[in-house]
Amino acid sequence: MADLDKQGGTPEQGGGDVSESSTTAEVEAAFAKTVDRGEPILQVRNLVKHFPLTQGILFKKQIGAVRAVDDISFDLYQGETLGVVGESGCGKSTVAKLLMNLETPTSGQILYKGEDISRLSGRALKAVRRNIQMVFQDPYTSLNPRMTVGDIIGEPFEIHPEVAPKGDRRRKVQELLDVVGLNPEYINRYPHQFSGGQRQRIGIARGLALNPEIIICDEPVSALDVSVQAQVINLMERLQDEFNLSYVFIAHDLSIVRHISDRVGVMYLGKMAEIGTDAEIYDHPTHPYTQALLSAVPQPDPATRDQRERIILTGDVPSPANPPSGCRFRTRCWKARARCALEVPDLAVPAEFRYVEGPAHHDSACFFAEDKPEVTHPQEPPAPEDPARGRAD
Amino acid sequence: MTTTQKTADLPAAKSADSAGTPLLQVKDLHVEFHTRDGVVKAINGVNYSVDSGETLAVLGESGSGKSVTAQAIMGILDMPPGRIPSGEILYRGQDMLTMSGEERRKIRGRKIAMIFQDALSSLNPVLSVGYQLGEMFRVHQGLSKKDAKAKAIELMDRVRIPAAKERVNDYPHQFSGGMRQRIMIAMALALEPDLIIADEPTTALDVTVQAQVMDLLAELQREYNMGLILITHDLGVVADVADKIAVMYAGRIVETAPVHELYKRPAHPYTKGLLDSIPRLDHKGSELYAIKGLPPNMARVPAGCAFNPRCDRAQDICRTEVPALHPVTEQDGTTLVGRGSACHFWKETIHG
Amino acid sequence: MPDLTKTEETEPVKAPVAEGAPVPPADPAVGKPRSLWSDAWSDLRRSPMFIISSAMILLLLVIAAFPGWFTSLSPRDSDMALYLQKPQFGAFFSPEWLGYDGQGYSVYTRLIHGARNSILIGVSVTVLVTFVGGLLGMLAGYFGGWVDTVISRITDVFLGLPFLLGAMVILVSFETRAVYVIVLALAVLGWTLVARVMRGSVITVKQADYVMAAKALGASTTRILFRHVLPNAVTPVIVVATIALGGYISAEATLSFLGIGLAPPAVSWGVDINTAKDLLRNAPHVLLWPGLMLSFTILAFIMFGEAVRNALDPKLR
Repeated sequence: MADLDKQGGTPEQGGGDVSESSTTAEVEAAFAKTVDRGEPILQVRNLVKHFPLTQGILFKKQIGAVRAVDDISFDLYQGETLGVVGESGCGKSTVAKLLMNLETPTSGQILYKGEDISRLSGRALKAVRRNIQMVFQDPYTSLNPRMTVGDIIGEPFEIHPEVAPKGDRRRKVQELLDVVGLNPEYINRYPHQFSGGQRQRIGIARGLALNPEIIICDEPVSALDVSVQAQVINLMERLQDEFNLSYVFIAHDLSIVRHISDRVGVMYLGKMAEIGTDAEIYDHPTHPYTQALLSAVPQPDPATRDQRERIILTGDVPSPANPPSGCRFRTRCWKARARCALEVPDLAVPAEFRYVEGPAHHDSACFFAEDKPEVTHPQEPPAPEDPARGRAD
Repeated sequence: MTTTQKTADLPAAKSADSAGTPLLQVKDLHVEFHTRDGVVKAINGVNYSVDSGETLAVLGESGSGKSVTAQAIMGILDMPPGRIPSGEILYRGQDMLTMSGEERRKIRGRKIAMIFQDALSSLNPVLSVGYQLGEMFRVHQGLSKKDAKAKAIELMDRVRIPAAKERVNDYPHQFSGGMRQRIMIAMALALEPDLIIADEPTTALDVTVQAQVMDLLAELQREYNMGLILITHDLGVVADVADKIAVMYAGRIVETAPVHELYKRPAHPYTKGLLDSIPRLDHKGSELYAIKGLPPNMARVPAGCAFNPRCDRAQDICRTEVPALHPVTEQDGTTLVGRGSACHFWKETIHG
Repeated sequence: MPDLTKTEETEPVKAPVAEGAPVPPADPAVGKPRSLWSDAWSDLRRSPMFIISSAMILLLLVIAAFPGWFTSLSPRDSDMALYLQKPQFGAFFSPEWLGYDGQGYSVYTRLIHGARNSILIGVSVTVLVTFVGGLLGMLAGYFGGWVDTVISRITDVFLGLPFLLGAMVILVSFETRAVYVIVLALAVLGWTLVARVMRGSVITVKQADYVMAAKALGASTTRILFRHVLPNAVTPVIVVATIALGGYISAEATLSFLGIGLAPPAVSWGVDINTAKDLLRNAPHVLLWPGLMLSFTILAFIMFGEAVRNALDPKLR
C-alpha cells in the first residue's frame, strides 16, 4: 500500500520491474505484477558469498567453503520495506553485510541506482555509504561505550564533514535525538546510562544522520523487551514516511516482519526460497519451507492451538559448508522426489501459477509448489474489545 | 513496600492431587540482592503453585523476576549477593527453604529438574554427551559405567536424537542448537523428576526447531505426568502450551489466569498492553499499540503500583498504594476460578 | 470508568512516539553524564587497597624526586669510622637511624637515594614497553593476516629467550652500565607481555558491532583504531603494565645483585643488596633494609594494579 503513494518521488517511471522478466514477453507481461513501483533503488543480482575454509598455519590451503549466500537476486524500491526472514545460518546477516559493503561478494552485483557498488573503494565507496546505512541488532554492543551519545551520533558528520558544517553539528545531533524521541539534553550521556530501547533509538539516530535513502536493519528489535519492540517499530515506520526511506528489514520474527514489510523474501541455507508481497507470502505461500515456517510460529491465541495444521519439520538445517545437492530444502521436505536432488529450482513463478492470476502468482523456488493457505492463519484471532487501542501516545 | 498479597483466598486453578497439597507451591517469596548501589528487591511476594501434569507459564520481561524465582526454587541463587528474607517454597508440602542442605540436594535434580536457555554453556564442553548423561545415573543411582552409558543412549533415543548409539560419545559442540537443547531435556528427564522448570527453553532456537522441542517437551510431560513451569517472554509459546499463566512485572505477579481466559479477557493493563502490541493482520499499515515508557529499573521501582508510569489508567491511588492480587470475578460477582489481578482498576480493565 | 484523558502531564519534549521516557526528572537512570572512566574512578576512591597503595607510591615518588628532603647526606658520604654500626632506632630519619654499611655509608641515606634509580627504571621500562608492545599488539590484532603472523612470531622469539640470559647478553654488549642501558635491556625483553595482552584485547574489540558501525559510516582505519578500538582495548594493558612495573623494579635489583646491572658508583637497592650479601653474618641490617624497601615498593605497585583492575573490570571481582 505504502509504496503506491510514494512512487511519486521518482521522475522516471515505468517498465522497471517488467523489463526484468524474460523473453516470453507478452503473456508474461500480462500476468506480471501490475503495480508499477518505478526504478528499483537497489538491485541485487546473483549475489554469492563463500567464506573459504582453510587448513594449515603457515601454508594455508583451502579445503572447502561456507556457502553463506549462494546466488541471490532481489530488488528494493524507493520507500518500500523488504522483509527478509529465515532461520539462523540462512545467510540473511551476510546479505546485510554485503549490502553494507562490509564484506566483498565472491561474485554478483549490487546495483545502487544502476551502478555496481560492491567493488568500490576509497572515495567512491565513502560517497555511497552516505546513502546506505545500517541499524544493528544488539543495542548493547553497537554503541561505543567510551563515547558520549553526542559523539556517537555526531561521528557521521566528522567522517563526512561536507554534510554538516562544524558549528552546526551539535544542533544537528540534538535534532536527531529529538527525531528519535530522546531528550536532546542527553547529548553528553554515555550509552550504559540508557536502557535497551533507548540505545536502539540512539543507533537509529546515528543511521539517520547522513540522510540515507536506504537503511539495512539487521534484527533491530529482537534484543528488546516485548513491550519496547512496538515502540521501536512505530518509530521506524514513522521515520520511513517522514524521510521516504527504503528498508531492508532482516528478522526472524515473522509477525513483526509482516507488520512492517511491503514485500517479503524467505531465505533458506543461502538461497532465496520465495519472494512476494506480504499477503502473497503469508496467506498464499507456495514453497514448502515457507509453509512449514509459518505453521511453526506459535500463535498468541490459545483458541487456535488445537485447530491449526502444523507442519513440524524433522531434523536441523544442514551445514552451509556442505549443503545438499539440488534443492537445499529437500533433506527436510516432505515433498522431495528424485528431481529435487538433481536440479536446483529457479526462483521464478512456478509453472502451475504462471498463467493464473491471484496471490499464488509470485516467485517461489520449488518444483512442486502448491498454494496452501490453510497452514498459516486458520482463523483470525478475535481482537479483544479495547477502548484504548490506537491511542499510542 | 510492605504489602501482603493475599492469594490464600484465591481459589486454586485446579483441585490439587489426592493429598490436597500441590506439587510445588511458592508462598509470599521475597528475594533481594545486596549491591553496591543498595538493596535491589528483585522479588516482592510471589505466590504460585503447580500440580502434576500441569503447565504453569510465568510470563515477564527482563528484570521482572521470573528467572530469579526459578533460581530460588532450584536453590541455585547466588547467595550472597542474593538473600531470601521471607517466603516458603513447598515441595509436596515440605518447605525447601528450611530443609537441610542434604535433604534439599535429594530433591534438586531428582524431583525437580531445570532446563536452561543456553544449552551450550550449560553442558561441559570437555566431557562427552554420553558421559554427562550417564553421570546422573552413576552419581544418583550408583550404576556402573557401562550401564550408565546404556541408559544414556536410551535417554537420547527418548528425546529423539537420531543415531543415538553412534553419537553418544560426541561432545556438545558437535551437536546443533536444537539437538543440544534435546540433550538438556534428556538430562533433566534422566531421574524422572516430578517437576521441570524450563527457563526460556526455546528462545535461542529457530522457529522450526522451537516447534519440535516444545512438542517433545509437551509429549514427555504427558507421558511422565510431570509438572512444568515454563518461564518465557513469548506470548506465542505460552498460548500454545500453558494451562495457566502468571504474569510478572517488577518482581510481583500482576495477573494470574487460565490460558484461554487471559488471552480473551486480560484483567491487568500490563497484560492487556502486551497482547495489544502484538502485530495483527487488521492493523497492518497503522501504528502498533505500544506500552509507553520503559520497564522499571529494579533499584528504583516506582512507588505504588510499579506499572503506574506506563499505565493509561493510572490514578492517584496507583501512585501511592501497591495493589494486592485481587480475585477477579464476573460482573455479577461470580468467581472466575484461578483468576487474579494486581490492579486497583481490574474491574474496569476486564469489564471495560 | 477511569479518566483516560489524564495520563501523562510531564512531557517537555515533543516526543512523537509513545515512549514517555525522555522526561529528565522522571528518569533517574539517565542521570548526570557518567563515563566508564568516571565510574571506575568513583570505585577506586572507595577502595582501601587503592588508597593505601597510592599513598605508598606517592611517598616513593616524592623520595625519588626530592631525596634531599629526607636526608642531608649524600649517598657517597662515607665515614669508615662508622663501619657496620648497628641501627639506632631512636634516631628517626637521622643518618645513623638504620646503621652503617661496609663502606661506612649511612644505610638510611642509601635507601633514600636508591629509590630514584629503581623508580626511574621501573617507570621508564613500563612506558617504553606499553608504547612499543601496545602498538605492535594493536597492529597484529587489528590487521591479522601476515602482519599478525610476522609480529606474533617475533613475539614468540623474544618470549622464548630466558630472561637472565637475554639480559646478560644485552648488557654485556654495552660498555657502560648506565640507567638507560638497563631500561633498554628490560624493555627489549618485556614488551612481548604487553603485545600479547593488547593483541588479544584488540581481537575481541574489533569484532564489536560499534567497530562495524564505524566502518559502515566510512571511517578511516586510523579513526577506527584510535577512536573505537584503542579506548576499549587498553584496559587490560593498563592493568598488566601497572603490575609489571613492580616486576621491572625487582628485575633491576636482580641484575644489579648479580653484578650485571648497575655497578657500585651508582646507587640502587640492588647494588646495596649485592654489597651487603658478604656481610650477612656480622651485619644483617645492611641487607635487611634495602630488601624490605624493595619488597615494599613492589607490593605497592602490585596492589595498585589490582585495585585498578577491580575498578576497571568489575566482572573479575
